[in-house]
Amino acid sequence: MFNEYNPIDNKVFQIIDDKGKVINKAMMPAVSDEKLLKAYKDMLFARTADLQIVSYQRQGRIYTYPPNYGQEAISGAVGAIIGDNDWLVPAFREMGAMLAKGVTLKELFLYFMGYEDGSKFQNAKKTLPISVPIASQLLHAAGIGYEIKYNKKDEVVFAFVGDGGTSEGDFHEAVNFAGVWKVPVVFIIQNNQYGISTPTRMQTASESLAIKAVAYGVKGIKVDGNDYFAMYKAVEESVKACKNGEGPVLIEAVTYRKGAHTTSDDPTKYRTKEEEQQWESKDPLRRLKLYLEAKKLWSEKEEEKIIPQYKEEVDRQFIEAENYGPYPKEDVFKYLYAEMPDDLKEQEKEYERFLQWKASKVK
Amino acid sequence: MVNAINDALDIKLAEDKSVIVYGEDVGVEGGVFRVTEGLQQKYGVERVFDSPLAESGIVGTAIGMAVAGMRPVVEMQFCGFVYPAFNQIISHAARMRNRSRGQLETPMVIRMPYGGGINALEHHSESMEAIFGHIPGLKVVAPSTPHDAKGMLISAIESNDTILFMEPKRIYRAIKQEVADGKFTIPLGKANVLAQGKDVTIVSFGAMIREVQKAMVMAKEAGISVELIDLRSIYPIDRETIAKSVRKTGRIITVTEGPKSFGLGAEISQIAIEEAFLHLEAPPARVSGFDVIVPLPKGEHHYMQDPYKIFYEIEKIVKY
Repeated sequence: MFNEYNPIDNKVFQIIDDKGKVINKAMMPAVSDEKLLKAYKDMLFARTADLQIVSYQRQGRIYTYPPNYGQEAISGAVGAIIGDNDWLVPAFREMGAMLAKGVTLKELFLYFMGYEDGSKFQNAKKTLPISVPIASQLLHAAGIGYEIKYNKKDEVVFAFVGDGGTSEGDFHEAVNFAGVWKVPVVFIIQNNQYGISTPTRMQTASESLAIKAVAYGVKGIKVDGNDYFAMYKAVEESVKACKNGEGPVLIEAVTYRKGAHTTSDDPTKYRTKEEEQQWESKDPLRRLKLYLEAKKLWSEKEEEKIIPQYKEEVDRQFIEAENYGPYPKEDVFKYLYAEMPDDLKEQEKEYERFLQWKASKVK
Repeated sequence: MVNAINDALDIKLAEDKSVIVYGEDVGVEGGVFRVTEGLQQKYGVERVFDSPLAESGIVGTAIGMAVAGMRPVVEMQFCGFVYPAFNQIISHAARMRNRSRGQLETPMVIRMPYGGGINALEHHSESMEAIFGHIPGLKVVAPSTPHDAKGMLISAIESNDTILFMEPKRIYRAIKQEVADGKFTIPLGKANVLAQGKDVTIVSFGAMIREVQKAMVMAKEAGISVELIDLRSIYPIDRETIAKSVRKTGRIITVTEGPKSFGLGAEISQIAIEEAFLHLEAPPARVSGFDVIVPLPKGEHHYMQDPYKIFYEIEKIVKY
C-alpha cells in the first residue's frame, strides 16, 4: 500500500466514494459487520455528543470547546484499532479515539468546564492529556516510541496533529527523531483545511503534507480522512509496519472541519457557504451510512431510535460533570512536585489564613 | 567535577536499566566537555547515544520516555542553547503531573553546563537559574564541588520530578577533590553552610563559591567574619538556612552570575527581609551580573564577579 500510494505521486487513498460505493475493492479491509456497525455507532455517538456540547457552550454551561464535527472517521478508525497497551497522544480534536481508550465524556466535560480532574483519565491507560501547545505533543510520542522499542514491547503510539501543526518546529523534530530512531509511532495529521482561519495552502509550499514523510525517510500516505474504510486500512497497515520495525508512519488524513475551530471562532469570516456545501457530500458519517444502508446493516429508522438514547447518555454525563462540586484548594498546590516543597506548603498555609480572615470579613 | 558527574551517571546506568543518557555529541565523543566519556562503550548505543541536533526534540522526547517509565538524563550542550527547548520544559515537563492530577510523571534530568569565565563565544556563558527557578513544577540545582555534583546528580536521577541540573563549567576541571567511591546521595533542596561566621552572610552557588572563598580570605585579613552558604538548590530554596544565618549575622550579600534585575539575589534578599527584618543592620546587597548580555571574552572580566568585587561589597555592608 505504501508503495502504491507513495506521497511523491500525490494520490489520495480512497476505498468508498461519496455515495458509499466501494471503488477500491482490492484494498477493502476485512472488518466484520458487527465491528463495522460498532464503529458507525461510535462515530454517531461522538457526533451527537459534539453537537450537544456546542449547544451547552452556547448556554454558558461549558467553556470554549473545539468540535470534531466532520472529522469523526479519523478518530473512529484509530479508535477501532487502538489496543489497551497502545498509546494515544492526542492534540485536542480526537474525541472518538479518546473515548475508545476509555476516557469518559464526563472527563472531557470536566476538562472543558475547567477542572484538571478531566485529564485524570481514571479508566484510560496510556493516554496523554489534551495538548494545547500545537505539535509539541508529537515529541512525546517519539519518546514513548523509544521506550517501546527499548523495552521490546509489542505496542504502537498514535499521535495526532492538525495541518497548522505541521508548520511547527516540533513537528519536524518529532518525525525526524522518530525516523532516525525507527520507532513505532503513527503520526496522523488531521488536515481539516484550516488552522483556525488560515488555510492549509498558507502553511506550506509542499504539494501535500504527506510528502514531508519522504524527506524524513519514513513511510507516508495521503488518505481520504472522510472515508472510514480508507482510514481503517491505512491505520491497520501503519500498525503492521510499526510492529514490523518499519515505523514510524506519517498519515495525512484529508478532512474538513464542518464546525468552528472552537466555539469562540466564526468561520463565516474566512470560508464560503459554497465551500462548506462542496464538502457536505464527503461527510464521513453520511458515506459510511450509505454503505451500511446498502448492505442492510443500518437504517434511518434505527438511527432515529438511537440518537435520543445517545443524547440522554450525553446529558447524563454532562449533568454529572456539572454537579462535580467545588475545586478543592489543596488541588491547586499538591500536584506540582512528587513531594510538596516547604515553601509551597507555606504558601498554601498563608492562603488558608487569608481565607479564614476573608470569611470573617465577608458577611 | 567532570569525573564526578561521569561517575554518578555510570553508577545510575549500572544499577537502573530505565536510565538512559543522550544529547548532542554525548555518545561517541563523550560530550564536548567529555562528561559522558566512555559511557557509550560501557553501556551501548541504546543507552548512551548522540541525538539529532535539536534541543526541543531532545527534551520533548525525554518527556515521552519519562511518561512511559524511563529516567532519561539529557544534555543541553550549553546553557545558551536551551532556549529552543523552553516550550517543552515549561509547557510540558513542568506541568505533566499537575495537568494529569498525578497520573503522569516526568522523572528526568536536564544537564546543562552554565556560566561564564571560560573565554567562550556568544551563547556559551549565561547563568539563567532565575528563569528556571521562576517556573512552577521544575527543580533547579547547581553543585559547587565534585563531591556535591556526584551526590546531587544521583539524587536528581532518582527524583520523580524534572530537574534542571546546572553544571558550573568554569570549575569543571578547576577543583581537585577526592570524591568517595560508590553511591551516595545529597538531598536536593537543602543548602550547605560552608563556613560559619558572625558579621555577614554570603549566599551563592556554583562557580561563584570559589570566588567568594577568595574574597573571604581578604575579609578575614580585614577582621570580618563571613558565613558562607552554598545554596546547592535554586528551587526549592532553603529559606530556613538563609533565615537562620541572617538572624545571626544581620547582614546578607548574594553573589550570582546572572543579570541583576529579577534575579536570584532579589529573591534571597526578600527572604532575608521577610524572615529576619528586625535583625538586619544593613540593606541586603547583591553582587551579580549587570543587566546586559555577557560580553565576549575580551570584555567578560567587566561582567564577571571576582573576589575584589565581592570584598568591595563586604566592606560596604559592614561599614553601612
